[in-house]
Amino acid sequence: MQFSSVEVAAAMSNRNRRLDFALALGAAAMILLPWYRIERGFFSFSWIAEFLTDAAAVPAVAQIFGQGRWWLLAALFAVVLAAVARFVTDPERRSRLLVSAGAVGIGFLALQGLAIGLTGWNWSISETIFGPLRDGQPSMGAGAVLLAVTFVLILSFGLAERGVMKGDAFVTATISLLIFLVTVFVFYPIASMFIAAFQDFDGSVNFSGFTRNFLDPSIWSLDCLAGGTRCGIAWRTLWLAIMTASASTLLGLAFALVATRTHFPFKKGLRLLTILPIITPPFVIGLALTLLFGRAGIVTQGLSGFFGIEPSRWLYGLTGIWIAQVLSFTPISFLVLIGVVEGVSPSMEEASQTLRANRWRTFWRVSLPLMKPGLANAFLIGFIESMADFGNPLVLGGSHGVLSTEIFFAVVGSQNDPARAAVLAMILLGFTLSAFLAQRLWLAGKNFATVTGKGDSGANIALPRPLSVAVHAVVIPWMIFTLVVYGMILVGGFVKTWGLDNTLTIDHYARAFSVTVRDGALVWTGVAWNSFWTTMKIALIAAPLTAAVGLATAYIIVRQRFAGRELFEFALMMSFAIPGTVIGISYIMAFNLPPLEMTGTALILVACFVFRNMPVGVRGGIAAMSQLDRSLDEASMTLKATSFRTIRKIIMPLLRPAITAALVYSFVRAITSVSAVVFLVSAQYNMATSYIVGLVENGEYGVAIAYSSMLIVVMIAVIAGFQLLVGERRLRRENRVAGLARPNAPALTQEKAA
Amino acid sequence: MIEKPGSVVFQNVRKMFGAFTAIHDLSLTVEPGTLVTLLGPSGCGKTTTLRMLAGLEHPTSGRIFIGGKDVTMLPANERDVSMVFQSYALFPHMNSLENVAYGLESSGLGRRQARQKAEHGLELVGLAGMGGRLPSELSGGQQQRVAVARALVLEPQVLLLDEPLSNLDARLRRRVRTEIRELQQRLQFTAVYVTHDQDEALAVSDHIVVMKDGNIAQQGGPRDLYEAPASAFIADFIGEANVVPCEILDVDGAEATIRIAGLNHKVPSRGARPGRGKLAVRPNSITVEPAESAAFAGRISHAAYLGDHIEYEAETDDGRLFIVDHSVERPLAPGTQVAIGLRNRGIAIITE
Repeated sequence: MQFSSVEVAAAMSNRNRRLDFALALGAAAMILLPWYRIERGFFSFSWIAEFLTDAAAVPAVAQIFGQGRWWLLAALFAVVLAAVARFVTDPERRSRLLVSAGAVGIGFLALQGLAIGLTGWNWSISETIFGPLRDGQPSMGAGAVLLAVTFVLILSFGLAERGVMKGDAFVTATISLLIFLVTVFVFYPIASMFIAAFQDFDGSVNFSGFTRNFLDPSIWSLDCLAGGTRCGIAWRTLWLAIMTASASTLLGLAFALVATRTHFPFKKGLRLLTILPIITPPFVIGLALTLLFGRAGIVTQGLSGFFGIEPSRWLYGLTGIWIAQVLSFTPISFLVLIGVVEGVSPSMEEASQTLRANRWRTFWRVSLPLMKPGLANAFLIGFIESMADFGNPLVLGGSHGVLSTEIFFAVVGSQNDPARAAVLAMILLGFTLSAFLAQRLWLAGKNFATVTGKGDSGANIALPRPLSVAVHAVVIPWMIFTLVVYGMILVGGFVKTWGLDNTLTIDHYARAFSVTVRDGALVWTGVAWNSFWTTMKIALIAAPLTAAVGLATAYIIVRQRFAGRELFEFALMMSFAIPGTVIGISYIMAFNLPPLEMTGTALILVACFVFRNMPVGVRGGIAAMSQLDRSLDEASMTLKATSFRTIRKIIMPLLRPAITAALVYSFVRAITSVSAVVFLVSAQYNMATSYIVGLVENGEYGVAIAYSSMLIVVMIAVIAGFQLLVGERRLRRENRVAGLARPNAPALTQEKAA
Repeated sequence: MIEKPGSVVFQNVRKMFGAFTAIHDLSLTVEPGTLVTLLGPSGCGKTTTLRMLAGLEHPTSGRIFIGGKDVTMLPANERDVSMVFQSYALFPHMNSLENVAYGLESSGLGRRQARQKAEHGLELVGLAGMGGRLPSELSGGQQQRVAVARALVLEPQVLLLDEPLSNLDARLRRRVRTEIRELQQRLQFTAVYVTHDQDEALAVSDHIVVMKDGNIAQQGGPRDLYEAPASAFIADFIGEANVVPCEILDVDGAEATIRIAGLNHKVPSRGARPGRGKLAVRPNSITVEPAESAAFAGRISHAAYLGDHIEYEAETDDGRLFIVDHSVERPLAPGTQVAIGLRNRGIAIITE
């Protein structure tokens, strides 16, 4: 290499500066921070007082030399190796040293964490090699976590010096950290769950237990076909998912047709429907249905009063869940299908008409076939949503549960059988992942929607008359039904006891949200406040993290090319198809014991939200970033900006609407989600949704409904507030983008040409 | 303004995208202070070459030197070059002044100093006082000039221009290319210019590198390429040309005698040897006269009147010829039998 001496010096000092930073982190992790987990929580800072006295709070160096945890020497060795590399001048040897120090460090930390548990060796093979340990180790703490991050940094700096990602250390570090995080918080839990499925109560591997659980007739029995009373739970869940997906797809299509192809007067109102599923906690529909059709519901009571129809429990079971799910998921499929229906190019339909086809023939032979892939997509989304749904089955399932609730009862109920829960979760995961794979592999490239950006003049043709009548006949009653259901939610909180005593009252709200002034200070006396504030706090912490991780991932997927990028994207999107219940159970399996013990903390809730809602941020970010011409980044790079500066100065300002959307969405999702949360809450950190589920289980419907409607109101306020902010920005941005559009369009064609 | 025009050297550079080889084995030298054009049809590798020079792509093998320093492994932001993008890539959320100052601030210049230099840069391209405008408030030509100013204020050793005129309309294109050339000659910076438009290349360059399929097809001054094309591809790409077979009768030093359709001509020999060969004949080097029979006979198959000249296509025994005839007062109707003659200029033996 023929670098001039000045340039070599500049490049080296830059490289050394970032390496020094990483080494300082590593030193701090080993000397200044408690290596193991602090019982009372790191952020209580109780450990500062006992830092050098309490054996549980001492840093890694003291663990090695004072507590006889000799195996941690390997971590020290890796740090020293990186420190040595800093002074090596030969770039080839230096980078190789750094890469090996980082890789050895991470590998060792993971290995020792998994191998050495609370009481000693976890694996008998290591015990025979190294002999028994005097003492085990608790869960990793601040020091260990920081050191792991340090090793990831060192590894990526080394890779960058070897020319990976065109030598861009920032990009390399971002990719490595994301892969590291996704591995720890998505793949490690899932793997733990799979392992748990093969373990007995005492932790020993036991295949017969797995086989017994897996082949349990209550899961796979086909009795109902042979005239028996009921089929296995897997079949019932599958059947329910197919029914829900079919119904919500058909309804969604009807809604989309009405919204785009007719002169329906309330189109705006129809579009409002699409935000309902975002703000509705998942069990709320089930609750409202109970108020309508339950044994004490108004409709049931009315029918029995006027016609003498005996109240029955028909709602509790698959039928009820099905109705609730169709109500819940139709808006989602509506949202998907609006895009599909609008994506059918008007010129196709006009061409068909000029070829002597009437409206009916045009719809059946041109429009509908063009929509087919979109319909299949909506079906699969509905399928996955139904499978993953936990709230509605919990409220309406009774004893006839589905897989997601069965998993829950297997863990929290009297059964307390984690292995069975893990097996059920595997089956559920199998279903949803199959649907996801079908969606990705089979539908990939089959999208006929033609949104070209070239102004496609012409209007979509109106529907054939009979079809138009039919979709209106479906949409109007269903819309009214939806309104009634949501009306029930708002009214329900003000009624004393449904069916028995229908007098109006604000008792429920008072019980949940009362505030009194005592000794001149506000006292939150309502029962809901505790979980309400916890929810807000955790949602507020999780939202920016989710947005950051999601958008960083989007940046890397859209803007960077690296080996395994598609696999990375695929794996991320796949995590979207993992039902919340499965996430919940796998987090318990993974984070209940060392090496990473987090159950019962706020941290596990935050982590769960971040990695569960991240794919949405990723999708939004990908969509927004694809619209930014790549040459903007490249221009910034040739203008001497680092990629970090490029992100801060160019990409972030231009992505502001996407960032806001990701923030709002992850905030709202953190408030409404329940399926994963019910597994992870603790007495100290109880979330609103799981508190409401508890109320429902105790039969306190009034308070539950009051709390739910309060949540809905809060979320509408949040969304409306952000909408105002973002809406304003978008106007300003459009001005600019309009000017940008001209030079942009040829750039696209150029990219293809070059 | 530019104190140190730098040279550029590509040494056996090869670039692969997956299994596809975009650049085969490129060696190229750009003298300091010259404007060199990379010319070629789309997909020939010219843009890839430019992007490797900018540091936006890294070569699979080989070395790149700028100003004598090996920059092969340096990322874009550590190289002493700057680039004008085809789309201009002006940052839409910054005004012209902020756009121009961006690179200066990235290089560590203070805010005030950067602004000052940026104002000077805008002045240089004739946009003094327009600093407050957003890119969307500028015309295409003005946007282009902001992009040039943004690249120039960094005083790079080499300025890279990626089809800088392709978004301008034809009239403006001529003016701006003159401006760029003037600026380059006044400030004496090294420039590497990518285009697929041969007129543009001929008009602005000191040196033209014609690329084809990831290789250099021929390089030289504009005159060399036009008058002495090395291959049929170059002959047809740099100005249009008819490629016709001929017989080289005799070579006498720098002059060769060739025979085509029974007519003898003298042309520069360019190292050709007697035997069968090919001729590149410019369309306006062919004359047509109505004649019932001739040694070199043809029949007009197509005629198009274009104001100051008429374009003909003529069928001959040696294939179809494309002819530009400036005698517009005597149009020939399709079907006319003609005698074809050759002028003394615009004919070259293709050596390849």
